[in-house]
Amino acid sequence: MPQFANIAVSILFDGLAYAMFLFITSVGLSVTMGLMGFVNLAHGAFAMAGGYIVVTLTRSYGVGFVPSLVIAAVVVGAVSVVFERFLYRRLYKSTDLEQVLLTIGLAFMAIATATYLYGPIPKSVPLPDWLQGDVNLGFRYFPSYRAFLIVLGTVLISVLWYAFERTNIGAKIRAAVDNRRMAESVGINVDRLFTLTFAVGSGLAALGGGLAIQLLGLSPSFAVLYLVLFLIVVAVGGLGSLKGTLLAALVLGIFDTGGKYLFADAGGFFVYAVTVVVLLIKPAGFYGRE
Amino acid sequence: MAASETPGATARERAADYLAKRHRFRLAEALPWLIAIAVFFIFPTRMTFGSQVLVMVMFALSLDLILGYAGIVTLGHAAFFGVGAYTVGLAAARLEWTEPISGLFAAAIAAGLVGFVTGWFLLRYRGLTLLMLTLATAILLQETGNLRSDISGGYDGLPGLTFKPLLGIFDYDLYGHTYYLYVLAVLAVVFYLVRRIVYSPFGQALTGIRENVRRMHAIGSPVHRRLVTVYTIAAAIAGVAGALFTQTNAYVTLTVFDFDNSAKVMVMLILGGTGRLYGAFVGAAVYMVLEDYFSKLSPTFWQFGIGLMLVLAVLFAPRGILGVFERFGNYLSERKRS
Repeated sequence: MPQFANIAVSILFDGLAYAMFLFITSVGLSVTMGLMGFVNLAHGAFAMAGGYIVVTLTRSYGVGFVPSLVIAAVVVGAVSVVFERFLYRRLYKSTDLEQVLLTIGLAFMAIATATYLYGPIPKSVPLPDWLQGDVNLGFRYFPSYRAFLIVLGTVLISVLWYAFERTNIGAKIRAAVDNRRMAESVGINVDRLFTLTFAVGSGLAALGGGLAIQLLGLSPSFAVLYLVLFLIVVAVGGLGSLKGTLLAALVLGIFDTGGKYLFADAGGFFVYAVTVVVLLIKPAGFYGRE
Repeated sequence: MAASETPGATARERAADYLAKRHRFRLAEALPWLIAIAVFFIFPTRMTFGSQVLVMVMFALSLDLILGYAGIVTLGHAAFFGVGAYTVGLAAARLEWTEPISGLFAAAIAAGLVGFVTGWFLLRYRGLTLLMLTLATAILLQETGNLRSDISGGYDGLPGLTFKPLLGIFDYDLYGHTYYLYVLAVLAVVFYLVRRIVYSPFGQALTGIRENVRRMHAIGSPVHRRLVTVYTIAAAIAGVAGALFTQTNAYVTLTVFDFDNSAKVMVMLILGGTGRLYGAFVGAAVYMVLEDYFSKLSPTFWQFGIGLMLVLAVLFAPRGILGVFERFGNYLSERKRS
């Protein structure tokens, strides 16, 4: 295979895997922000919590990697309901600023707790054999872990798409994102709907956090470091839009990977440049409402 | 009210009267300045730290102008602090321009220019979009600096800068006495300007924009132009704070552009209280002293502490420390009356 085609395929493959991680982690944030307009800067902390649960389960209790991911998602999803009920709920009608401050406060506390419990050094996780090494796709070898990410991401996207577009609850969520008051007046319990989506979104974030350990490394600063990226995905995609989040994750994931492959010095330049250009042209993101 | 005192006055005179009355200096306002001078005599060995507190006060004050008065929520205010810091740093390291006071003006102009250009584009947006765009601005500046690390020194920064004596007379001394008084003097000048702006009709228009943008549009106020103006001024002040930061520390690194720096100044301001000028003083001083004390004990514990403080502040004291005092004062005066 010619050199440039080889690089292009690598960028597409790695970019796709990275985009799946971004999508899984950010989609919950997008839907909850679209529903309640709540700026949740603690979303990265939920992802980080998921990552550390996976580390603990696999390292100290010998649970397999995939079961740990599921457990982490369920546990964080359940715990997030407590936060939603007792803290977030009080600030739905407050200004952006107060929501930003409360949730960044929670994120700081989460980082400190993680540093206290696990130390500042990045953690790794033992992977099962079938996720290590490379997989042959006929014309080339690819890293198995990234292939796994792409398959998992595709499955999750299909499930979410079906739940969003074809089920009763999905229809209710779409109605509430579109016009909250109208949805409430036709008898949809938006509060309960929100608790549900918040739990699912946080659970997915925890899953993303678990998946990120191998991809990006997991240290306490994860909660804030990657939060910016999740927020960018949400802002570029448009609040509350599944389609938008996916498109934004793909564009940003592939641009970031490509930028790092081709111009190592420029680092994170590309993600931010793309963000600025998109938001200047479409302030509400790809599929957001103006 | 002024209206009942002068019934025959026109609306314009009454409004002017009201503004002039608010603008008058009150006795209590001398307190922070007296404390700052007292600190100079009581803690002569901690003057470097004292200068840093004063620099952060100025930085928080510039944020108060846009966040507290104009209601612009930004996560990238460190961009202007950084531009100011690097203007002075690069001038000293690369151009041998080490005269401190002209450096401040250069920093103000450079940061103001960046504020004007970015503000012109960004202030059309609100909410999450604005948050992300301001954040991206600061990070893009940081990445640009990193890209040209041959000029900026990258993350290693520009260490060991030296500056000419102040006004050609007062040299830098070991404990930083000169610089403390220098920063205090600059802060006093800046504060006077900010106070003038806040109590002017222009400042009233900003408060109007914060409270109700639609109504300001409806009465024909040039909202975008006002916002860009105040954003530029705040950027210039943040630039001066950054320049003073470089001059007092004698080094600067790219971490001045960090998200942490933007978040920190916001926390200080919120802690003290927004939209009340002296909130910046209280917030920055309390935060810096607590940080100095607790982060020596345990940085982890300190980080948990800031988080907890923020959560508690939002839930129980949304108007900051000064807001709590104000409420307490109101409570006392009501009890006295009854």
